[in-house]
Amino acid sequence: MQIHVSDSDGTPFYQQVVTQIKFLVASGRLEEGEQLPPVRKLAEQLLINPNTVARAYRELEAEGVVASKRGAGVFVSNAGSPLSRKEKTRILGERIDALLAESQQLGFDLESVVKLIRQRNLKFETKGGA
Amino acid sequence: MSNLVVDVQNLSRSFGEKLALDNFSIQIPKGCVYGLVGENGAGKTTFLKHLLGLYSAQKGSVSVFGVDPAAEPVAVLSRVGYLSEDREMPTWMKVGEIIRYRGAFYETFDAGYAEELRKTFDLNPKQKVKSLSRGQLARVGLILALAHRPDLLLLDEPSSGLDPVVRRDILAAIIRTVADEGRTVVFSSHLLDEVQRVSDHVAMVSGGKQVLTAPVEEVLQTHVRMTVRFESPRDTPPRLESALSCHGEGAEWTVLCNGQREAVRQEIEQLQGEVVEEVSPTLDEIFVAKIGGKTAE
Repeated sequence: MQIHVSDSDGTPFYQQVVTQIKFLVASGRLEEGEQLPPVRKLAEQLLINPNTVARAYRELEAEGVVASKRGAGVFVSNAGSPLSRKEKTRILGERIDALLAESQQLGFDLESVVKLIRQRNLKFETKGGA
Repeated sequence: MSNLVVDVQNLSRSFGEKLALDNFSIQIPKGCVYGLVGENGAGKTTFLKHLLGLYSAQKGSVSVFGVDPAAEPVAVLSRVGYLSEDREMPTWMKVGEIIRYRGAFYETFDAGYAEELRKTFDLNPKQKVKSLSRGQLARVGLILALAHRPDLLLLDEPSSGLDPVVRRDILAAIIRTVADEGRTVVFSSHLLDEVQRVSDHVAMVSGGKQVLTAPVEEVLQTHVRMTVRFESPRDTPPRLESALSCHGEGAEWTVLCNGQREAVRQEIEQLQGEVVEEVSPTLDEIFVAKIGGKTAE
């Protein structure tokens, strides 16, 4: 599992870890039942405080993305990601806000942004991704 | 007994006319990584030297492991690992010799661990300390600070002037130290990105004063960096009473604020500005805003 954190990302480290692991699970790069690296090891690899990694794991566990087995470690859960609709909307909403802010600054109107999203999505579908 | 490894209360210290520490109060719980940040001469080293008992408190009190380090140096120092800023070491010794020499001072010295670290850091035991590069010197210093497995690790500017590879070694050593056995680390640095990465708590000091002392996460959460656009370009920074700092030119300005997000937003609206982006800033930005002061001043 290779993830990376950046201090200029504008989101907290634990959040970056959470998001990236979710992405790895969603994209199948982390499979069900696969073990995540121990807190200490990931902390050393990312050079961040072990408590930060522990917090990310706790968060992922609370959301059902991973499950920890006492003494054995943390594993990708088979429960998938039972995020509430509200939570999902919130996460996506933040991304959209950033996109809209950028679009505004770059001088794209809403129509062109939507069109662009459709175009990009087409590419995704033909690639067989998603 | 509390689980505080360090408990400093209202500590002040002057050197002649100069007030080096002005009423410092810092509590450091066990298992914590504590970052001290501040410009050169802010008082970081003076503070660390109090923890080592090299200075005794003029005013206030210093307690490490529940005792005064100046009164009971052996009890404290045997459990402390220290990497000094200037890494003073006998230059005529060889790397292997200095490690063995220092080992004799500590009952808990772990020769096997020292050897493991020496190999990890790729240091030649036969090389003279005199001929070591800066980075190698820092690594030797780190071995000497870590090999007796101290309960409290004090690092004074561990990575200043070092290349990224050595800095990684140092950060990894800090992380390993706390992750392994719940030991405590205090380190001073002016590299805020490092502090942000590895610290639980941070104390920002400036001119002998504690400017901000809080959990890193809380600091990052309560501060907001806004990008603000004004309809027409401005020649002078907008006067925002509730903001910490404001930089920029023309129509776009970066505003940093602490907690008072709504107050700042209202002030911006009154000036016909619009907040186009809002993110959490880095510790570095917060530090500059706190210490550098407002541009208007």
